[in-house]
Amino acid sequence: MADRTPRGHALNVEMRGLTKSFGPTPALNAVDLTVRNGEFLAILGPSGSGKTSLLRVLAGLEFAESGTIAIGGRAMEGVPARERGVGFVFQNYALFRHMTVARNIAFGLEIRPRRLRPRAHEIRDRVASLLDLMGIGDLGGRYPDQLSGGQRQRVALARALAIEPALLLLDEPFGALDAKVRKTLRVWLKDLHDRIGLTSIFVTHDQAEAMEMADRVAVMREGRIEQVDTPDHLYLEPASAFVHEFLGEAIRLDCVVADGVARFPGLPSAVLPTSCRPGAAIALIRPYEIGFIVRPGPAHVVSVHANGPLKRVRLLIGGVGIEVLSPAEGWTPVVGENCDLELSKARVYPI
Amino acid sequence: MTTSAAQETAGTRVMLILLTAALLIVLLVLPLVVVLAEAFRKGIPAALATLSDPDSLTAIRLTLIVAAISVPLNTVFGVSAAWCISRFRFPGRGALVTLIELPFSVSPVISGLVWVLLFGINGWLGSFLDKAGVQIIFALPGLILATVFVTFPFVARTLIPLMQEQDASEEEAAITLGATGWQTFSRVTLPNIRWGLIYGVLLCNARAMGEFGAVAVVSGHIRGQTMTMPLQVEALFNDYDWVGAFTMAGLLALLALATLAVKAALEWRIGRRGGMH
Repeated sequence: MADRTPRGHALNVEMRGLTKSFGPTPALNAVDLTVRNGEFLAILGPSGSGKTSLLRVLAGLEFAESGTIAIGGRAMEGVPARERGVGFVFQNYALFRHMTVARNIAFGLEIRPRRLRPRAHEIRDRVASLLDLMGIGDLGGRYPDQLSGGQRQRVALARALAIEPALLLLDEPFGALDAKVRKTLRVWLKDLHDRIGLTSIFVTHDQAEAMEMADRVAVMREGRIEQVDTPDHLYLEPASAFVHEFLGEAIRLDCVVADGVARFPGLPSAVLPTSCRPGAAIALIRPYEIGFIVRPGPAHVVSVHANGPLKRVRLLIGGVGIEVLSPAEGWTPVVGENCDLELSKARVYPI
Repeated sequence: MTTSAAQETAGTRVMLILLTAALLIVLLVLPLVVVLAEAFRKGIPAALATLSDPDSLTAIRLTLIVAAISVPLNTVFGVSAAWCISRFRFPGRGALVTLIELPFSVSPVISGLVWVLLFGINGWLGSFLDKAGVQIIFALPGLILATVFVTFPFVARTLIPLMQEQDASEEEAAITLGATGWQTFSRVTLPNIRWGLIYGVLLCNARAMGEFGAVAVVSGHIRGQTMTMPLQVEALFNDYDWVGAFTMAGLLALLALATLAVKAALEWRIGRRGGMH
C-alpha cells in the first residue's frame, strides 16, 4: 500500500509581491512568502485577512494584479489552474454530488487525455489504495450525501491526492467539522502529511490548529504577511502587537517609552527596558506571565477564583480591570487589599 | 380533545384533496376530453381525413420544424446565459437578468410586431433584405424568430436560481483536478442542473409548439405555407370545420402529452442510473 501513495516530488513555492484587490480594499498587499519543499505551512489570520485569496491565487482560481509565483522553480504566470498540478481541498469539500466516492476520487485521472490516462485497472487500484490510505476503504460506492463531515473531508483529500499533486492546498480543512472530529482529524492529517511528504499549505483562522499542526505559520492581516515563523518562535517572539494578541489571550497596558524604558502611568514600580521607539506605546503580556509582588501597590484585588492548577485573580489598576492567572500553590492575594505587579515578561509595541 | 382535533384535520385533508381533484378534472382533464370528443364526433375516418389534408400536413410539419430549431437554440442560449449570470460578476449583469425576462413581460403580439417592424417590407431592414432576395416576414425565418423570442426565458429562468444556489466550488474543484472547460461543463455542471434543464426545455417546447400571438403576426396566414398548428386550428374553427379544428387541437395536446412522457422516461432512466435526487 505504502508504495502507491503519492510521494517523492514535493516542490517549493516562491511568492513575490503578490497584490490583488476587490474594489478599494486590497485582498493581498505585496505578499512575499517562501514555502520549503515538504513543509506543512499554515496561513493564519482573521476572516478577511486575505488568506483564502492567497490560496486561490496559488491554485490559479484567481489572479493577482501583480507579483510572481513559482512552484518548483517554474513560473506560474499564464499557467491555467488545470495545468498547475495543485491539489485543492475546498472548505465545503465541493465533492461531485452526483458521483460515487470512487468516481469522485478517479475524476482527475479519468479526464486526462488518452495518452496520459492510466489504464482502467490502474485507476481502480489507485482509488482503492487512496481509500485505504484515508481509512475509508469500504465507502467507495457511497454518494457524498451519505457521508459524515469527517468522511467527506477524507474523500476530498483523496480526490486531490489522486492526481499526485506537487503541492497540496487546504482551505479551512476543519472549518465544517464539530470540535471532537476536528481534534482527531488534526492529528491524522499531520501524520498523513509527514508520511507522504508533500508540500502542503493550509488556511485557518484557528490559532490552536495552526500551532499544533504546522511546521511554520504565516500570520496574515489585511492582505499582508505579519510574520512567518515556527509555532514556538511565533509564540515567544511575536513581531507585532497583532500577532501577540492573535496567538492567545493577552493583557493590554498603555505605556510611554522614553530613554530606552517603558513606564506605566498606573504602575510606578514597573520600568521595562525596551528598544521600542520613544512615545506612547502599548505593552502586551499573557495573563500567566504577570507576577505578584507582596507589598502594598497600585493593584487592587477584586476577586480570586480557584481554577484547577491556576487561580484567576481579578485586579483593578487605576480603574482598569485585568485578569491574571497565577499558580494555585503560589502566594494568594487577599480580596480587598492592594499589591504590586511584576511585568518583566511584557513586550512593548509602538502604537 | 386530541381525537377531535385529529378528526378535524383529517376532515380538512379530505376536503382539500377533493377540491384539488375537482379543480384538476374541471381545468385540465375535462378540456382535453372535450377536445378529443369533438375531434372524433364524426368518427375516426373524418378525423383522419382532416389530418391528411395537405394544409394540415404543412401546419404539422411547420410546427415541428419551428420547435426543432427554436428549442435547441434556446437551450444553448439559456444555459449560456444562466452560466454567465450565475458564475461571473460583470457590469450590466442586473440589466441582463431583466432583459432575459423581457419576452415574458411584453405581449406576444408585440413580440411578433417588432420583427415585422424590423424585417417587414416597409421595416428598417426590410428593403435591404428584399433587394438581397431574403424573405423573413411571412416565411419560416420569421416564425422561428418570433418563437425563439417568445420562448427565450424558459430555460434561462429555470436554470439561473438553480445555478446560483449551487455555487461554483464543484466546478472549481474539477478545474484544479485538470478538467477542461468542456469536461467541467459536461461532467459536473450538466449533471447538477439536469432536472432544471429538462423542465426548462419542456416548458420551452410546449410554448414553442403552442405559441399563437407572436407567430400570428409574422405568419401572414398564408394557408399551406406559413400556418403553424395553432394558427391552423383557428382558421379551421373560423371555417366552421369543427372536426378539423378539434382534431388539430387534439393532436397538439397529444404532442404536449408526448413531451411529458419523454420527460417521465428521462427521469426514470437518469434516476435509475444512480442520481441521488
